[in-house]
Amino acid sequence: MTLFYLFGAVAVIASLLVIAQRNPIYSVLLLIASFGALSGLYVLLDAPFVAVTQIIVYAGAIMVLFLFVVMLLNAPHEETEHDEKIHPLRRPGAMRFGAVLAAALVVELLWALTRSSGEPGAFGATAVSSVRELGRVLFTEYAFPFEVTSVLILVAMVGAVVLAKRDPRAHT
Amino acid sequence: MTPLLIAQIGLTLFVFFMLLNSAAIMVYVERKVAAFLQQRLGPYLVGPKGLLQPLADVIKLMFKEELRPKAADWFLFALAPIISASCAFAAFAVVPFGAETTFFGLLSEPIKLQVADVNVAVLVIFAIASMSVYGIVLAGWSSNSKYSLLGGLRSSAQMISYELSYGTALASVLVVGNSLSLTDIVNGQSGYWFHVIPRWFIFLQPLGFLIYLTAGVAETNRAPFDFPEAEQELVAGYHTEYSSMSFAMFFLAEYINMVTVSAVATDLFLGGWHGPLLPESLGWIWFLIKVGALLFFYVWMRWTLPRYRYDQLMTFGWKILLPLAVVNLLATAAGVLYFGV
Repeated sequence: MTLFYLFGAVAVIASLLVIAQRNPIYSVLLLIASFGALSGLYVLLDAPFVAVTQIIVYAGAIMVLFLFVVMLLNAPHEETEHDEKIHPLRRPGAMRFGAVLAAALVVELLWALTRSSGEPGAFGATAVSSVRELGRVLFTEYAFPFEVTSVLILVAMVGAVVLAKRDPRAHT
Repeated sequence: MTPLLIAQIGLTLFVFFMLLNSAAIMVYVERKVAAFLQQRLGPYLVGPKGLLQPLADVIKLMFKEELRPKAADWFLFALAPIISASCAFAAFAVVPFGAETTFFGLLSEPIKLQVADVNVAVLVIFAIASMSVYGIVLAGWSSNSKYSLLGGLRSSAQMISYELSYGTALASVLVVGNSLSLTDIVNGQSGYWFHVIPRWFIFLQPLGFLIYLTAGVAETNRAPFDFPEAEQELVAGYHTEYSSMSFAMFFLAEYINMVTVSAVATDLFLGGWHGPLLPESLGWIWFLIKVGALLFFYVWMRWTLPRYRYDQLMTFGWKILLPLAVVNLLATAAGVLYFGV
């Protein structure tokens, strides 16, 4: 239980610091720390495969790309600094939209946390710890969502390439 | 404390110490082999045949001044070498290097010659390899120097590109070995085919072995893929601004990573500690011989092949190595399904 509180505290504090940081590089690093703590929680749940996948996919692959982009932009500070001096109601639309989304997230979280949690499903901890079982379930029962997700990622990739390769003169 | 626990702690400290040692030995071997390949003598003054040269190097590094660029981000600048070195050490924790042993009857029950027997060991190694990119990237960024930054960017691009082939090559061995645990994979390679050929996975996965070795060189940033520190273009790449012990930590990490990649290759493809002539309890000698041979290959290659061009590296990684690795994985899976190896 001590370990649970340790990893939980690291995950929560690191996540809070992610949004409290001014320097985007530190935000990325703290997010990695948070993912690492989450992975520790998965180990405590007796799911080493999920824990290691969390490190490989999120902390390893995705965050490296984040770091890559932040480094290439070389943005030492966030660009919102001068916006914060303006009165809250006169800030740009994106910031107000973000505030609305954040409020919606808080409401959703409160709703989800206050609901009485039922029994955990049949897909229990023993099933997650076995890679064989995980693979079988993924490619039979959850095959459709799995394939749809891969198509979604493909669409995002094609979209990114189209946006990056678009000729700016074509519109003028 | 039970004797078993003491043995386990002793084993852990032993592995740590031997990894440090292996880096020192590799520095000496690298310099000696390089010298012979270039018809020089190499280090020969310090100690008999220059054997104490690594010790002299360490002392020299320790007494050097620790420099830090004025505009560097001091926290990340100090953190980066620590990430590199600790990732290098951590990866070896799941590598088994010998059969279960009681140390000639000293212990009541046998212990594994391995720091931690994790049942997803292969993935743990892969995860730690993907984390070690941060050491190099952060070193490049926090130095606030253009050469360092370019080195860091190159290394992240290179490691991301080659990690895919590396992982796919690993996956095809997992399919053949039918397990994610390194101990199980090694034990699956005991015995012989037709009483002559050892049942090593290299004979089932020749292509996989080549892909693993190539991607392994790229992952450890060794020549001919040493772009993050390409001297002629980038001074010294990501560690241009480092000196003294922080530089030594990057150096250490590179050599330990080489040892780990070779040890994993031995476990996955070369039958680990299984070999003819020696009894099971002395299998670690075979392990050392195989790792040593692979390490020699690394050094040999570094002083034989010139560095690629950066676009050649990317073309090779994405257009040749990755498709080959994927085809290899598909063929392996089909073969296992059809023949039921």
